Amino acid sequence: MTIDQHELDPAADGTAAITGERVRRSPLRSLLANPFASVSIAFLFLIVFIAITTPWLAPFSPNATDLAATNAAPFTDGHFFGADASGRDILSRLMWGTQQTIIACLLVLGVSLVLGLTFGLLAGFYRGKFETVVNFVSDVIMSLPGIVLLIALYALTGPNIPVAMAVFGVIVAPSFYRLVRSVVISVRSELYIDAAKVVGLSDARIIGRHVLSAVRAPVIVQSSFVLATAVAILAGVDFLGLGDPSAPSWGRVLQEAFNNLYTNPANVIWPSILISLTILSFVLLGNALRDTLQASNRSAVLKGARRRSLMMSAQDERVAGVNDLTPAQDVILSIRNLRIGYPTSADDVRPVVHGVDLDVRKGEIHGLVGESGSGKSQLAFSTLGILPREAVVLGGSVFFEGRDLLADKMRMRRARGRGIAYVPQEPMSNLDPSFTIGAQLIYGLRASTGVSKAQARRELLDLLTRVGIQDAERVMSLYPHEISGGMAQRVLICGAVATKPHLIVADEPTTALDVTVQADVLELLRELSRERGMAMIIVTHNLGVVADICDTVSVMKDGRIIESNDVDSLFAAPHDQYTKDLLVSSRTVELKEADDE
Amino acid sequence: MFRTLLLNLVRAVGVLLVVSFATYCLMFSDGIGIARAVLGPTATDTQVAARAAELGLTRPLYEQYFSWLAGAVRGDLGSSFLTGQPVTDAMANRAPVTLSLIILTIILTAVISVILGVTAALYGGWVDKLVQFIAVLGAAVPGFIIAIALIFAFAISIPLYPATGYIRITDDPQGWLWSLTLPVTALLIGTIANAASQFRGSVSDALSQDYVRTLRSRGISERAIVFRHVLRNAAGPGLIVLSLTTLGLLGGALFIESVFALPGVGQLANLSAQAGDVPMVMGTVIFAMILILVVNFLADLFVGILNPKSRIK
Repeated sequence: MTIDQHELDPAADGTAAITGERVRRSPLRSLLANPFASVSIAFLFLIVFIAITTPWLAPFSPNATDLAATNAAPFTDGHFFGADASGRDILSRLMWGTQQTIIACLLVLGVSLVLGLTFGLLAGFYRGKFETVVNFVSDVIMSLPGIVLLIALYALTGPNIPVAMAVFGVIVAPSFYRLVRSVVISVRSELYIDAAKVVGLSDARIIGRHVLSAVRAPVIVQSSFVLATAVAILAGVDFLGLGDPSAPSWGRVLQEAFNNLYTNPANVIWPSILISLTILSFVLLGNALRDTLQASNRSAVLKGARRRSLMMSAQDERVAGVNDLTPAQDVILSIRNLRIGYPTSADDVRPVVHGVDLDVRKGEIHGLVGESGSGKSQLAFSTLGILPREAVVLGGSVFFEGRDLLADKMRMRRARGRGIAYVPQEPMSNLDPSFTIGAQLIYGLRASTGVSKAQARRELLDLLTRVGIQDAERVMSLYPHEISGGMAQRVLICGAVATKPHLIVADEPTTALDVTVQADVLELLRELSRERGMAMIIVTHNLGVVADICDTVSVMKDGRIIESNDVDSLFAAPHDQYTKDLLVSSRTVELKEADDE
Repeated sequence: MFRTLLLNLVRAVGVLLVVSFATYCLMFSDGIGIARAVLGPTATDTQVAARAAELGLTRPLYEQYFSWLAGAVRGDLGSSFLTGQPVTDAMANRAPVTLSLIILTIILTAVISVILGVTAALYGGWVDKLVQFIAVLGAAVPGFIIAIALIFAFAISIPLYPATGYIRITDDPQGWLWSLTLPVTALLIGTIANAASQFRGSVSDALSQDYVRTLRSRGISERAIVFRHVLRNAAGPGLIVLSLTTLGLLGGALFIESVFALPGVGQLANLSAQAGDVPMVMGTVIFAMILILVVNFLADLFVGILNPKSRIK
């Protein structure tokens, strides 16, 4: 479980909860709506109820022996679960053992929570040497053979379950410590903590108000799993015979039944089921709590059947020729009525691209601009069929050189590399860290063209030199972490161009680069496009890039193309209000930058 | 890489020393109590005091520890207070049982969980549901209960396998395998439950990396992407999962050895702790710590080899 998955919600401290309440059900109600959770909670309540009422409700005292009932079968004369080899009532013994189980659970949870929370808050908040020391201790505890030590402890203390459980609490404390510490570190860097500091709140109040509320949800989830472990360990230690022999416990009842397995095998069933169900309840409750309290970041998954039916209906449209193509002679790529959606639940899909048409002519550099979330990257990915896994193409066609790529998977696969190539946004994460530059370039080129290894190597060395990498031979033998971002982007451009594609789709190719390198990379893309007659789609939010190298431009907003024109006309006379605003704001930024210089 | 490895090893040895010191001091803190436990409840106080002196339990703790440590470095962990058997002999007899159990389990865990986890991550569907189901089941039912259920089903109801006991591989290889089938199965359910869902996670992580999208855009087949790139990058996290599973098995083996009456180190730890035979208990703690040290070292080594960033050119 990584911490960055936890949405650190400022609403958790209660201020924004008032507005959130209306749209969202309270956590408790949505937890109870989960059948696993409600059954688990009911079962755990039953266990607590039994623990409290056993002295009045239990049919027998735990150690009352009745020789007549020795090894009695279940459901006979008042022994509902049967009786053991000494004639003691199993149901009663399990009921009496409940109390000990709950006390042990609370002990483990209490010790681990107090230690983990205290040290986690302090280490996360103050960092420095203190954190280093606590981290080391926590690492050491985690590397200890916990159960072996628990058993070694028996040699010292004899049968003493409370001490054993307290020690086990120390052994599991690092799980809370690590969780709390990392949540605190990420909350601490949030702005509202800074604001609180500026306002002059004391450290204690900041920890109390802001940090504790952020830590609450993950700690509750973790507690449930720790309780599950506590039940298992307690039962295990008792089963090994390390508990107090005179006190009834689930593990001891199981051990006695097991020793008696050949004469009365049925007796092992009751304690086994009781122990497993209790652990299962905590595990299921923990899972449900995690889903409820930390669901904000988990993307919904569409049901397989629903996904297939959506894909079928989109395919039916294509076969029926709904997206008719009457292309002009020189068009290389035509997108028709493309609709893309993302699941919001198992059955529902929210469209993010609403029927887009786009034409790119041969050799043309086409800019695709718009704010983030306008759907421009989705459009770019769909031309290569590399949308994220959860995305659904709801309809439409992508005609490349006159043929619909979305209608045929094999056609799409063949078009990749040799027909259309892709230049990504973030150069460093788009190279596989486990392979050398040369290995990935050569493999990629051979995969789509099938040239010999030596031939691929020669071509790539030439091309690397062409894209401005000196000492290409050496760079080929380097790993991605050994080169700079600018060089990585040149390598990726080289990989895209090597297969001699007719169209390049570049997704914000300069955004992640240093300002000094950006202009060089844009210039390189323009030159390559001219030299090789490649058309290009450049996705960007920067109108400066469009003005620099594009021939035509399309403006996207909220999943639609609202305006499309050649660059000069669009800059001179924008039609749409949004385009006008975009132009004004980008000019202001430019002026401001000029001022700063 | 060698520097990091060496540094980790030195650190681990340091931890081993500190933990052995702490454990030793705790366990030997009550010298008279130990002597009384050895002699039984009928012994008189003078007999107990004499025995404590004879066993060297009246010396200061640090002195006892250092003479123990001096012996330990030469491979002498002392002798049992009850039987006089040298601790190292007992370990040598019992370690093969525990190691057989752990190694067999970890090999099967690796194979089965990789297949399940990778299939679940790549294709989803019923395999994915199965992995999630096993994960909950394995977390909910402790190994010793699974073991009892297995004995109940396959040793008593249908007597296919021996319920208890161990046969040495040198005496009868097939019998060895036969005697370990149920114990290993009991351990496997828990380890697969954890490892398969972790493998599923690391493959999913590797699949959602940016470079996978770029590789697809180059026209590389899905098969090649998975086998060449995704599995290669998921291997590091996978190894860590396996090393943690191995360490978890130390505790699991202890319970399983008791249920199946296997004469392993775990059973020895349990019996010696209940009998108050502290030198033996100390020996089992050291055995566990050394095993942890070796597993961690191997994991560091292989992860280092896999990761180009830590390789030296």
